[in-house]
Amino acid sequence: MTESLLPVDAYLVESLPEIWFGVVLFALGMYVVLDGFDFGIGMLYATRTDEHERETFLAGFGPVWDANEVWLVAFGTMLLAAFPRVYSRLLADNYLLAIGFVLALLFRGLGPELREQRDDEQWKRYADYAFIGGSVFAPLLLGMLAGRWLFDGATLPVVLTGVGLVAVSVVTGAAFLAAKTEPALAAELRTYGIGATVAYLGGVVVLLGTVVLTDAGGAADTILSGPVAAVVALSVAAGVGGSLLARRGQYRAWLVSALALPTLLTVLIALLLYPVIYPPTGLLVREAVVSPLALNLVTVLGFPVLLVVLWYFKFLYGVFSGPIEGEGYGG
Amino acid sequence: MSPTPVLTTLDPGVVAFLSAELASRMQFGWTISVHIIFASLSIGLAPFIVYFTWKDVRTNDERYARLRSFWVNVFAAGFVMGTVTGIPMSFQFGTNFPQFSEVAGELIGGPLAFEAKMAFFLEAVFLGVLLYGRDRVRDRTYVLSSVLVGVGAWLSGFWILVVNAWMQTPRGYEMVTRNGMEVAKLTDPFAAFLTPRMTWMYVHMMNASVISVALLVAGVSAYIIWKKPDTDAWNTALKLAVVLLVVSAPFQAIHGDAYGRHVEDTQPQKFAAMEAHYETGQADLHLLAFPKSASALTDPRAENLVTVSLPAVGSFLASGGDFDAEVIGLNEYEENPPVALVFWSFRFMVGLGFLFIGLALWGGYLTYRGRLSDSTRYLKAMIAASPLGYAALLTGWYVTEIGRQPWVIQGELKTSEAVSSTLTGTEATLTLVGFVVVYVGLVLTALYILKWLVREELQSLGVRESSDGRWHGPIPGVSDDD
Repeated sequence: MTESLLPVDAYLVESLPEIWFGVVLFALGMYVVLDGFDFGIGMLYATRTDEHERETFLAGFGPVWDANEVWLVAFGTMLLAAFPRVYSRLLADNYLLAIGFVLALLFRGLGPELREQRDDEQWKRYADYAFIGGSVFAPLLLGMLAGRWLFDGATLPVVLTGVGLVAVSVVTGAAFLAAKTEPALAAELRTYGIGATVAYLGGVVVLLGTVVLTDAGGAADTILSGPVAAVVALSVAAGVGGSLLARRGQYRAWLVSALALPTLLTVLIALLLYPVIYPPTGLLVREAVVSPLALNLVTVLGFPVLLVVLWYFKFLYGVFSGPIEGEGYGG
Repeated sequence: MSPTPVLTTLDPGVVAFLSAELASRMQFGWTISVHIIFASLSIGLAPFIVYFTWKDVRTNDERYARLRSFWVNVFAAGFVMGTVTGIPMSFQFGTNFPQFSEVAGELIGGPLAFEAKMAFFLEAVFLGVLLYGRDRVRDRTYVLSSVLVGVGAWLSGFWILVVNAWMQTPRGYEMVTRNGMEVAKLTDPFAAFLTPRMTWMYVHMMNASVISVALLVAGVSAYIIWKKPDTDAWNTALKLAVVLLVVSAPFQAIHGDAYGRHVEDTQPQKFAAMEAHYETGQADLHLLAFPKSASALTDPRAENLVTVSLPAVGSFLASGGDFDAEVIGLNEYEENPPVALVFWSFRFMVGLGFLFIGLALWGGYLTYRGRLSDSTRYLKAMIAASPLGYAALLTGWYVTEIGRQPWVIQGELKTSEAVSSTLTGTEATLTLVGFVVVYVGLVLTALYILKWLVREELQSLGVRESSDGRWHGPIPGVSDDD
């Protein structure tokens, strides 16, 4: 019955494993971009002492963070569906990092929820610690996990990848909030955003330089290739251009170029990996992929749904577009 | 039970850590036990949310606005808890049970990815609209959002149970060698996704979620009515919960009975553990079992139990009509699940199930007589019963999951073979302790949030705090003014 519907011994299209490599990284990119600005909001929240401003930040974050976080689950489960060995090894070989990351996410998600539940300074302070701490550690540990994936055990590149993800999250968080708040607050956010942009671009250069010098994970040759150079150049252009736009108060345009940074970071990850998908053991995309029938099935059932999901996000962000209204996290 | 040493002593006499396997199993068991409470809260609350939202928008009746607002807040808090506890679940397939993920990847990866894409996104996106978008979208879109949130919750359960049912009755695959490892290759998606267990599990679990939430709604309503009689909204909520219970509680017993027969057919070892049936042969049905000695708690056997049994009816039920049918006993197997946990969990669940039927019929009778909200005794009983649905749901899952041991995939892969070979007992124990501490805090927080929401509700109904309280202690029976 199935044979007539789906090819069993051949992929629907010859390059389906490569397409899935792209789709899995697309989901990772969506996560890094979308939840990235949530993390940024959480970190910038630490710089606010005024209750009204804190509430405004939470109101900007409230309607979307949960949906954003689902991209992590989409990434993980699609990785499992298409490349089960990579999912297993990545998480099992980095046990404490992975568990630390999910616990950081837990505190980040719970903090704002708790904050609403009691009008008590002490209580709110603890809830804020959870929110801010989770927002710092989640991108740091996720970045380190990505670093371990790309560069195997080398310590400095791994830490730099983590710090880089923290910095780029601050950039997008600042730009997202600046585009949705009043000018005075936006101007303050701009300062943090530009500082983080400089830190991020500097971090990427140092990271790639270190990897070239030490050849961590055997990635030196890839880094010195044309496509990587192009991605780095585009990142610098987006960072510098975005900062100039921010200076001129064009926050919406700044947001667009800020969001280009984590997008380009994901492209960089893809370039550093391909055609390998798990550098620590040198496993190739073609070796790690599941059998044709299984991949054809998740393609036929999954891809249309993925398009619908993108429409949901368009709808969600459409409903909550424009300046942040009201205050606070609760409905 | 298993030949793996339970304890690996790192530094003799100072600190003893659990083995990686035992710590991983305890960690997964503990985290899923907490997660499933929130997951089933979403499933069971979904029909209430849709109904209240629809009535609120349709009638503009203050009653429904009040109920919608209260239960959407409960739903939202539960959903946040479900999200933050759900992500560690899928991660643990990789961190703690990588061999399982690799062997079963082709079979479980697809359904788990569908769960994320078809269900989880739907729920998360439209909950955002439901919580924050009342003034930003049209009425029709708002009601539709509540429906989509509910559909998301029920679809989520569907795909997760596709995975679990496959682990109980695996099919639609063949074992092949890939990258030097024996893995399952998908050969027939229909057989693999719609295993014989799937329908049984889905119906039983969705209904269990509805029962659990109906008991919770009834308990909260009863408490508020107790504090402030004659509140229209909460009388409506109580009646609705009771009506749902009248339908769902008896149905669960009838369905569960047939489900048990299916388990006997497909997983005889689990069935034998549920009945502590050791010798292959004719089986009695133990309607009630009480321990004769303390040993029965840890090792229930015919010798140490006082049972109210129907001779040979176990055979009759398991075979669908033959009193002499042979029921396979545990002695046939080399390795068995922890029988005591399965045996007592099963009895606990069934006992609670009958209690729920009693409460449902009592409530149904009172509703029929038009005295539902006037019976103090009934209100008290429902307050006390409000967490019991979850107790039944959890013990039911212990029967299912512990009863499948030593297998993680029945007949194909043992749990001990699925555990990470690179994981140390120290790391696993460390994270286990972390999860225990954090999740205890999480559960307490969830209870605190519920308490806080109820207190807010009472204040908005005009009940002054700690005044004219008819409620005095945690257990209704001990209040001193009745």
